[in-house]
Amino acid sequence: MYQYDQLDQAFVDQRVSEFRDQTRRFLAGELSEDEFKLLRLRNGLYIQRHAPMLRIAIPYGLLASRQLRKLGEIARRYDRSFGHFTTRQNLQLNWPKLEDVPDILEQLATVQMHAIQTSGNCIRNVTADHMAGIAEDEVDDPRPYCEIIRQWANLHPEFTYLPRKFKIAVTGSPADRAASEVHDIGLHLRRDKQGNIGFQVFVGGGLGRTPMIGQVIREFLPLPDLLSYLDAILRVYNRYGRRDNIHKARIKILVKSVGIARFRDQVETEWQAARDIAPGLEASQVERVRSFFQPPAYELLQNIDVAAGREPEFQAWYRYNTRPHRVAGYRAAFISLKAHGQNPGDMSSGQMEAVAALADRVSFGLIRVTHSQNLLLGDVRQSDLYAVWKELRGLGLAMPNIGTLTDMIACPGLDFCSLANAGTLNVAKQIQEQFDDLDYLYDLGDIEIKMSGCMNACGHHHVGHIGILGVDKHGEEWYQITLGGSVNGFTALGEVIGPSVPQAEVASTIERIVEVYRAEREDGERFIETFRRIGVKPFKERAYATHSQAA
Amino acid sequence: MRRILRRREVVEDDWRLAGEEGVDEAGSPALIVPFADFRTHIAKWRAYPGRLGVRLSPADAAEDLAEDIQRLSLVAAEFPTAGEGRGYTQGRLLRSRLQFKGELRAVGAGVKQDLLFIMARCGFDSFELAAGQKVEEALKALDRYSVAYQPAEPVPSIRQQRYSAAG
Repeated sequence: MYQYDQLDQAFVDQRVSEFRDQTRRFLAGELSEDEFKLLRLRNGLYIQRHAPMLRIAIPYGLLASRQLRKLGEIARRYDRSFGHFTTRQNLQLNWPKLEDVPDILEQLATVQMHAIQTSGNCIRNVTADHMAGIAEDEVDDPRPYCEIIRQWANLHPEFTYLPRKFKIAVTGSPADRAASEVHDIGLHLRRDKQGNIGFQVFVGGGLGRTPMIGQVIREFLPLPDLLSYLDAILRVYNRYGRRDNIHKARIKILVKSVGIARFRDQVETEWQAARDIAPGLEASQVERVRSFFQPPAYELLQNIDVAAGREPEFQAWYRYNTRPHRVAGYRAAFISLKAHGQNPGDMSSGQMEAVAALADRVSFGLIRVTHSQNLLLGDVRQSDLYAVWKELRGLGLAMPNIGTLTDMIACPGLDFCSLANAGTLNVAKQIQEQFDDLDYLYDLGDIEIKMSGCMNACGHHHVGHIGILGVDKHGEEWYQITLGGSVNGFTALGEVIGPSVPQAEVASTIERIVEVYRAEREDGERFIETFRRIGVKPFKERAYATHSQAA
Repeated sequence: MRRILRRREVVEDDWRLAGEEGVDEAGSPALIVPFADFRTHIAKWRAYPGRLGVRLSPADAAEDLAEDIQRLSLVAAEFPTAGEGRGYTQGRLLRSRLQFKGELRAVGAGVKQDLLFIMARCGFDSFELAAGQKVEEALKALDRYSVAYQPAEPVPSIRQQRYSAAG
C-alpha cells in the first residue's frame, strides 16, 4: 500500500498542529461556534446528539494491520471501545471528547492516517472497490488513482469551500462495487484501443433528498488529464453551484438544471482554457504511486476444494463469506460486521486488534473496508481458510450472511445522529430477529436491504433492493419502504411501495414482501430480477394485506 | 484609515472605495470601484486618471475584466462569509488566466486567519482582515504549512519538491 514520504508526513503533522491551535482557540472563546464549525468539519468532527462524532478517513478502504490496531487502541482509549464503519470507507467514533480530538489526530498521523475533509462542503474521502487488485473482472487497480486524487484533494486551495460536499469513487470493475454512479463524480477505469488507461467519467449522481444517478460526461478521459479534468468540473461547480439553498447545492442539481450537454460544454471550455497551466500527470508520478500497489508475494498454488468433508457451518461460511481471487490458490474472505444482535458496521477494539493480528498471519498484513460495512481479508491462501473461519467465529465475525438479507447497510440513526428521525439500529435488530433462520435466508438468496434514519440517505436506501427510510410522523417513527433500487453495475432508484409503516411492523412487512418474491420467482431468479420482471404492483398489493394501520 | 496586511506587512490602506462616505472620487489617488459600477460606466473609469481597482462580488466573473486587466492596479474579491468559496476561483483565474500582476486583495467578513493560507495559494497577496482578527496571528497563519500538494504559489507543490529531489 501507499507509504507517506516526509512531505506527506509533514502535511498531516502540520494539519494536526493547526487543528490543535484551532481547538485551543475555540475552547478559550477566541473562535465562535460558527467559526469553529467550518474548521472542525474539515477535520471530520461533528457535534452529535450525545457527544462529538469523529469520522476518520480510510482512503479507498485500505488498512495496514498497524493502522487497524491503532484504530482499536484509539477507540479504547478515547471512546467506548468500538467504532462504526460507514458505506464510504470511514470509521466513526461516537463518543470522543472534543478536547481529545487533536491528540486522536496526532495518534492517527503516527500511522499515516487522518480525518481531513471527511465532512464539510469539500472534497471527501475518495472511495474504491473493496476487491481492487484482486477481482477477476478488473480493468486495472483503481487504488493508485485514488491515492493521486487523495493528494490532489487534500487542502485544495480552490475547492475547500464548495457549495456542498463532494464525493468521488473509482472502480476498476464493471460490477461497480463502489456505487460510483451515485457519487458526485464516478470514475470507471477503461482502456482505449491502444491499451492506454483512462476513465469513463460520471457526474451528478447522489442520494439524499433528491436522489439521482450520475450521467456520463466523458466516455474516455486519458489518464494524464485526470487532475486537470477534475479541476475543470470542480471549478464549474464552485462557480455555478447554488449556495442559497442547502438542499439544492449538490452538483447533481446544477447538472440537472443546465442539462448534461450544456454542463459538458461548460466543463470542456473550462478544461481547454486551463490545460496550459494545469500540467498533466507525468508518467513518473503515476509510476511512483503505482509501485506501492504491486501484488504481494503470492506463492505458486493450485485451487483446492477446502469445503469438502468439513462441517456445514464452514461450508456455509465458505459459500457466502468468501470470493474468488484472480490468483490461483487464494480467496478473499469477508469479516462480517453483521452478526445478529449487533449494529451493522460496528466493531470492538478487541475485534480490531485480533483481526489486525490475523491479517499479519494470513493476508499480508492488509485489511479492506467495504462499501457494505464489512471488512475483507483480500489475499488468503485457500488452505488457510478453515483456520481463518475458526478464528473469526471465535471473534463473532463469521456470521455467514454476506450478500443475504441480514447483511444490511444501516446508518447509526437516532441513537447517535442528531439529524435522524428513526432508530435504524432497533429496526435492524428487529429484522435480524425476524430472519434468524439461516436456511430461510439462504433460500431468499441475494437481497440487499439498505436503511437510512432520515432523507439524507447515509444508509443509501434509494439503491437498496429493499430500501427503508425512517420518517417522523407527529413525533413517532415510521418507515417508508422502497423496492427495486440497485447499484453494482446496474444503477436504479427504488420505487415507494405505498404508505409508511410503524416501527413494530417493518420486519413483518419485509417478510410479506419477500414472500411475494418466493411465490413469484422463476428458476434461479434473484429478488431484484423478479422485481424487474413483475414490477412493483404485486408487492404493493400484498405488503399491506394483513394490517390496516398504515397511514 | 484601514490597516491591511499587504505582502506580509501591516500597512495603512492607501485605497479608497467609491461610494463610501466621505470619499472624493475625483480627488483619490487610488480608488476601488465595485464591479457593477465599473461595467456600467466603463468609459468613465477607463479615463480615470488615478490608480484604479475593481471589487468583485462572489457571483462576478473574473474573466470579464480581461480587457481592462492591464489598466488595473488592484482587484479585490469579496468573502462575505467564511464559507463563501467563489473568491478562490476568482483569484486563481485572475492570476493564471488573466495574468494579473497587481495587488489581489481579499475583503469581507470572511477574511479570517484560518483561511489566509489557501487564499494566498489562490494568488491573494493582501488581506483586509475581518473585524476582531489579530494581525500578528494572521501573519503567522500564512506560514502554517511548509508543504502543499497542488501547484500554486507561494509554497512549491509536493509534486515539484518530490521530483526535483529525485531528479
